[in-house]
Amino acid sequence: MKTDIAIIGGGPAGLAAAAAAHDAGVKDILIIERDNELGGILNQCVHNGFGLHTFKEELTGPEYAGRYVDMVKERNIPYVLKTMAMDISSDRVITLMSREKGIYTVEAGAIVLAMGCRERSRGALNIPGYRPAGIYSAGTAQRYVNMEGRMPGKEVVILGSGDIGLIMARRMTLEGAHVQVVAELMPFSGGLKRNIVQCLDDFGIPLKLSHTVVDIQGKDRVEGVTIAQVDEKMKPIPGTEEHYDCDTLLLSCGLIPENELSKSAGIKLDPVTKGPVVDESLETQVEGIFACGNVLHVHDLVDFVSQEASVAGEKAAEFVQGRLGTPVKEVGISCKGGVRYTVPASIDLGRMADKQVVRFRVGQVFKNARIVTYADGEQLSSVKKRIMAPGEMEQVILKKDVLQQHGDLQNITVAIETE
Amino acid sequence: MYDVIIIGAGVSGCAAARELSRYQYSTLVLEKCSDVAEGTSKANSGIVHAGFDNEPGSLMAKMNVRGNAMMEQLSKELDFPFIRNGSLVLCFDADDEYKLEDLKKRGEANGVPGLRILSGDQVREMEPNISDKVTAALYAPTGGIVCPFNLTIALAENAADNGVEFRLGTEVTDIKKKDGFYQVVAGGEEYSARVVINAAGVYADKFHNMVSEDKMTIIPRKGEYCLMDSTVGDFVHSTVFQLPTAYGKGVLVTPTVHGNLLTGPTATDIDDKEGVNTTAEGMNELLKKAELSTPNLPRREIITSFSGLRAHRPEHDFVIEEVDGAPGFVDVAGMESPGLSSAPAVGQYVAEIVQGILPAEEKTDFIGTRKGIPQMRYASFDERKKQIEKDPAYGNVICRCCTVTEGEIVNAIHRTLGATTVDGIKRRTGAGMGRCQSGFCNPRVVEILARELGVDEEQITKKGPGSQFLEGYDKEGIRA
Repeated sequence: MKTDIAIIGGGPAGLAAAAAAHDAGVKDILIIERDNELGGILNQCVHNGFGLHTFKEELTGPEYAGRYVDMVKERNIPYVLKTMAMDISSDRVITLMSREKGIYTVEAGAIVLAMGCRERSRGALNIPGYRPAGIYSAGTAQRYVNMEGRMPGKEVVILGSGDIGLIMARRMTLEGAHVQVVAELMPFSGGLKRNIVQCLDDFGIPLKLSHTVVDIQGKDRVEGVTIAQVDEKMKPIPGTEEHYDCDTLLLSCGLIPENELSKSAGIKLDPVTKGPVVDESLETQVEGIFACGNVLHVHDLVDFVSQEASVAGEKAAEFVQGRLGTPVKEVGISCKGGVRYTVPASIDLGRMADKQVVRFRVGQVFKNARIVTYADGEQLSSVKKRIMAPGEMEQVILKKDVLQQHGDLQNITVAIETE
Repeated sequence: MYDVIIIGAGVSGCAAARELSRYQYSTLVLEKCSDVAEGTSKANSGIVHAGFDNEPGSLMAKMNVRGNAMMEQLSKELDFPFIRNGSLVLCFDADDEYKLEDLKKRGEANGVPGLRILSGDQVREMEPNISDKVTAALYAPTGGIVCPFNLTIALAENAADNGVEFRLGTEVTDIKKKDGFYQVVAGGEEYSARVVINAAGVYADKFHNMVSEDKMTIIPRKGEYCLMDSTVGDFVHSTVFQLPTAYGKGVLVTPTVHGNLLTGPTATDIDDKEGVNTTAEGMNELLKKAELSTPNLPRREIITSFSGLRAHRPEHDFVIEEVDGAPGFVDVAGMESPGLSSAPAVGQYVAEIVQGILPAEEKTDFIGTRKGIPQMRYASFDERKKQIEKDPAYGNVICRCCTVTEGEIVNAIHRTLGATTVDGIKRRTGAGMGRCQSGFCNPRVVEILARELGVDEEQITKKGPGSQFLEGYDKEGIRA
């Protein structure tokens, strides 16, 4: 089987990429989705707050996904469900497996990676204690509550103030559970400010910054957890332990792009984002394979996923149509002063758009700092931000005409500068 | 009246059950947990030791070398993963190299074949991630790795296929010596048998002491482990031990048969025979020690940690014998390391002892082999294709990290001594053992278990009564 563009993942990134590729003139597309329906993780995000940027209105997750599913269906873009991509080769042959069709391969002209991310587990956090039932990642609990209508527990402690954890604090409370506390290892929250206000403050749920779980009790089911304050080196401070009787521990301690397939294709990953290294066209270092959404880097808002995925879809279409061109000169983007990474990691001046969006996250909280960009040491822009936090994505826009004025451009820098 | 009752469905009990099932015995296995391999047999290093470590002449030495020699053939008969990857004992100080020589001599006395001393450079050529500080090592080509729970499960299934009865979730609470038999109280019922095999792991002392005045003590010796992702499973190829150093007894770094990297164990004597919690101190200690062997140990790839309890006897040797003054009561006790390596030999040895007590004919219809669950994770394209043609459920991936399909999970539930818990599924198929640690597949495994067992999802447990995952429906009992 052959297709012009194969899109791996039918979540918000995959759907937006498919619609954009179609609009760019490629009709032979295949979306590959492992779940029973399109929409991805948004289907279990029944809370509102999605789409403020894209649709200028507040939608729930399923509604937001629904808009994109409609776009795909209106365009008659083919998709397969309950189908797992088992392997991708560097020459863009995808091995697929499903109950209905067995195992088969698809040769793709271009591939868009849109597999999303997974949650960091208890084991990866090295939390000591017993290993009873009742320890869930926040997303697993979200699936139980919102998709299955089941309660994973009634007396809850949450570790990690990532957005899913905050959302689940409210959700579990609304469903009759008692959320006792949210502990966060860092001195700041990893989630959006609005979620802290709407999901914790409004329900009187305390957020304990610089705290972590140091013990889990209960041999069969969770019976309690101990949390303690941590010092600047994130080490628990003896004597600060507090015990909570609970039957459930939810973990919301970070998301990790799911790139096992990318690795099978030999795609280079960025050690910071854990996503593929991409250029201005969101093309990975394997020709014709593009990446977008949370498999590329973890986003804060789905609106930005959709924007990014549209670009990936367009670029994949241009590649298939032979319009993308080969990179002439890749200029690397350096990160300075609290910028943890940028996506893209490099820009080709020939292939870049007139206005190139560069997204990044900061590594700590900044107040009244500036985002400054440089081309070979010369300042291009400086934007003051009242507040920047690791939980929220930032962006700068690079202009093609300005960069082209630098005859032999070697390096672009994105920096945070404080007064 | 049974001929034989075995207390404990760990690897020793199941090996004994399988060997006894060759003979015309009626055999019952009583196990307090809801599955086989729920104790020490599930949480250990998964090592098949070469056998150079034990005191020559000890039962441990004999059983280990014999068990090691039997393991490969057994893995073929019973279809469980075993790899003879070889092992190294690292020496970090030229002054200590005589200890390697001592170990080698000891191994040779025990009958371990192929032992060689390697120079530091030879070791690093073999294993590039090993520390520059290593001056020499003892290499044992017969060292191996095995899946400890699938070894146990395979033995149990084969025993059951040959007529051995298993009562799981049935805790033995009392044993009474009667005239020519024993009455065993378990799960509120009374069972009688002419022979009782005490293979109760850390609880073996409790049952021994019910029938003997010569008291036994088993101390739970905790060992903590960290398991790393399969992306770093080739960090080392052989099992890497350390000579004891000034920092104490060493820890090992080893690949597992599942393709992960494992490091551990610590050794802490504790009081609680169920005390399988991990501790921050334990994990820090073991990682520090492991970094002596391999300084670049990929700590960031840790996906889980766990601890297991060794059934340690202060005399430090296995006790596999009919108890003095309790005819027909056979201890299989003190089965700490190398208990797993020895299991095949221990099973045979127990059968010989039982033959001496209660002779019986061999069965003519003994089934010598058992087939495991087809594993799509390791299957080729064509093998997968064939399997899905036979049963489309093998095309439906449930655990993404380890590529475990619905077909495998359903197979695990409906086979002999099938899984009834999520941990049972995990050990039989690998579902939930990967990098996301069941984040994605837990709800789906729970759903399949409930569907196949014909119960509500709320009744599905992690590892038996009390370990339910779910607590009612949404908005049930909502606060006013």
